[in-house]
This record gives sequence, structure tokens and C-alpha cells, in this order.
Amino acid sequence: MKIRVKINGVTREDDVEPRLLLVHYLRELAGLTGTHIGCETSICGACTVLMNGAAVKSCTVLAVQADGSEITTIEGLSGRNGQLHPLQQGFWEEHGLQCGYCTPGMILAAHQLLSRNPHPSRAEIRKALEGNLCRCTGYQHIVKAVEWAAEKVRAQAEHA
Amino acid sequence: MQAFEYASPRSLQEAIRLLPAQWGPTDVLAGGTDLVSAMKDGISTPQRLVNIKQIAELHRMTFSPRAGLHIGATVTLRELLDDGAVQQHYPGLIQAAEAARSEQLLNMGTVGGELLQRPRCWYYRNGYGLLALRDGKSLVPEGENQYHAILGNAGPAYFVSPSFLAPILIALGATVQLHGPRGARSLPVQKLFVTPTRVGQREHDLAPNEILTEIRVPYRPGVRTAVYEIREKEALDWPLAMAAVALRQEGGVLRDPRVVLGQVAPVPWPSPEAERTLTGKKPSEDLADAAGRAAVAQATPLSKNGYKVQLARIAVKRAILSAVQQGG
Repeated sequence: MKIRVKINGVTREDDVEPRLLLVHYLRELAGLTGTHIGCETSICGACTVLMNGAAVKSCTVLAVQADGSEITTIEGLSGRNGQLHPLQQGFWEEHGLQCGYCTPGMILAAHQLLSRNPHPSRAEIRKALEGNLCRCTGYQHIVKAVEWAAEKVRAQAEHA
Repeated sequence: MQAFEYASPRSLQEAIRLLPAQWGPTDVLAGGTDLVSAMKDGISTPQRLVNIKQIAELHRMTFSPRAGLHIGATVTLRELLDDGAVQQHYPGLIQAAEAARSEQLLNMGTVGGELLQRPRCWYYRNGYGLLALRDGKSLVPEGENQYHAILGNAGPAYFVSPSFLAPILIALGATVQLHGPRGARSLPVQKLFVTPTRVGQREHDLAPNEILTEIRVPYRPGVRTAVYEIREKEALDWPLAMAAVALRQEGGVLRDPRVVLGQVAPVPWPSPEAERTLTGKKPSEDLADAAGRAAVAQATPLSKNGYKVQLARIAVKRAILSAVQQGG
């Protein structure tokens, strides 16, 4: 079946089998392996991407369900010259990762949070990341990383 | 996942024409959060999926005091939560939808799909069917039944109804619209749920060629509502017991109380016993406690789920107290 998807600003057209999962489409056809496959049961959130700005678990979305949509993966967050997104910087600065497996999903779930709520409390950050599991950090540094990014985005907005 | 063909019709009539008269070969796809998981696990093995997200009329939500709230089946839980009229007039519905988190699930999951999601029973999810049968005998009574039903569990069905929204919708007197080849019919939400008694029977009163199109919730100003649920972990879990309450206070006493339990029986479980306990009485902690006791008086726990009786009792009590404390 023919689908048309805009991934990180670039429109693609592909002929896909209806049973192809969005995560496999992104990794194998689009070659964007930053989106990770974790539990494959829509629990862990490692496969989280943005579909029309909303966080979704791409291991439980069919590629055909994404037809006509805009997808943002972790590769789409950084600037053209490789400039890290404030969330990516925050995870760097605050040690928001150890093994890094959950990180792309964490960052995209956090991205949706900041787009809806630029000044989240710690409790709101934890709630927004409820669908994303990390088995290394104990989450403390992840929460700090998101706070760092929120502060950075706020400071950038003030200077703009 | 087994291969299947995919149809994405633009009209309801076209979608209905694509559905056969028996279960199995075709499934209706909305958000897919439950169905796609079940297909990956081989629990659902459709040869055709009919995507209903392209049908504009199923994605509408309207509110007026006269008509109440009409929620199209494919409105997402996130869209429901973000709606100003729902926030203003249906706080109980907000509470219940909010509990069905994660964020990702709220974004993809639809209101219709939330009602029609299949049970979480691990025998069902591992391929033993809704009745959890091996050699014609249910595995549940002597098996791992810690999350199974404590009410309405005479058998052969022991699973619990998984919907977060159904108990409060029933308490609010909501109905669902179903469309099939012979037109539309309307059912109270309670009647959408049935306890299967034989192999092949589903837990919903929905024909294989019918589509749930809309949920209608009456507007009842002055009605106070609350949902209280108890779960093992705070994040990303189904409750062990929940209770939804809708009631009015008039001259210091309770009127028209509705008490509906969730996650304790194969269907959402209204408690006329608890409602009788409350009617015409002055609200108090003792009264709420008595209603909680009445709600579980007929419970018949299985070998490993006796603890759920206590949880259900407390959920009812706290939902009542919370509703009473609300304005309205």
C-alpha cells in the first residue's frame, strides 16, 4: 500500500505492507535507527516518536496509520549544523542517561511535554514520562535534564 | 504479525459494507493501541483491517445543555481531556480518562476503543480464549486468579472488564450508538457489556458488522461525580478495583446515587445495594463505609483474589466521599 509520510521535514513515498510497523518503517526503510525497539509491547516507550507533534509508541502503530502525517524522530531534533536541541543538551549536561537505550524515546516524550507546558513542575515531568521506562538512572537525572531544557528554552525565548 | 489487507474508507456506510457477519476475519481499527498489540501476539488474526479514522463524522465532539455531550468514537482520549466543555461539565469523565495514561496512549487511544478494548486476563492474552479453557475446563479457578473477578464470577467467565471510562459513563446514564447494515441502534453503556457464557461469544453486545459510532452523555447540572481507583503501581497500570459515583445532594440528603464498580467483574458492576444504602441519607464517613460494605456483600472471591474485596469496598467508600466533597 502506498503511503506518504513527512519524516523530519522530508517527504517520502513508499509502498509498504499493511503489517509493517512504524518503528520498522523508520529504521529499515528510512534508515533512521535512532528510534529504538525495546519491549515491542508498547510498555517501555523506547520507540516513542512524534506523529503530528504528539508522542506515540511506534512499535504499536502501523506504518499505514502514519500515512499523511508528519513524523519527528530523534534525528530531527538537532539543528542543521548539528547544534543539539535543548533537550539533547539537557540530557548531556545533567547526565540524563547511562546506557542510552531509552533516551530517544525519553527526549521525544519530554518534547511533547514542553510543547504543551513550557514550565513543568517535577511532578508534571514525572507524569509526562510515565510511559517511558529507564532501567539505569533511577529517573532523577532525567527529570533534571528536562528541567534544564525547560529553563534553556525559556532563556532562549527571552533573548529572541 | 500475520499479513492482512487494509482498507481506509471515508464513509461509515462503506466501512460497514467491508465488515462480514462473523467475528474473526475482519477487525475495525481506530487508534490500534490494543488491537495492534493483540495482532502482534497472535491473539487477533484478521485477514482485513478496516481503519475508521478517515471517517469524519466519527471524529466529532459536541456539547449543548439540551443534547448533552456527544463524543465521536474516534475522538482520542487526549482530545477528550483537552475539551473545555468536558472539563467544565464532566469532571468525573476527565478523572477516568486521565487515569488511562500514558501520554502516548492518550494520544493514540480513542474513546470508542477504550470501551471496546479486550480484557487484560493473562490467560486470554496468552491464547486460551476469553473463557481461559484447556481441555474444556477453565484454568482460572485453580490458577493464577489474583487479578480476576470477585463479582459476577460464577463462571465460565472470570476476566474483569478493563474499561476505565465505562463505570463513570454508566453512572452518568450515557448511551452508545451502534451502526450496522440495518441502520442504527442505541444502547445504555451498561448493555454494551455482556458476560459471555459460551466459546465464541464476545464480551460486548456488538455484532461483527456493527461499528460503535458515538457516545452520548446527558448533561445533569448539580450532579456530583468522582472516580476512585486502586492499583499496584502509580504509573502505567490497570486498576485492581475502581468505583465511579454520581449523586445529588438535596436538603442535606443524597438523591439518585449511582455507584458502579470497575475491574471487579466481567462487566462494569453497578451496585444497587450501595445505592439503596445512600438514598435519602445524610452523607457521612460511616454512611460511605456502609455503602462500600453493601457493594461487596455478595462478593465471591477466588482462591487468590480475596484482597480485591477489601480494595473494592474502599474504592466505593472513597469515591462517595470524594463526590460528596465536590461542589455542584
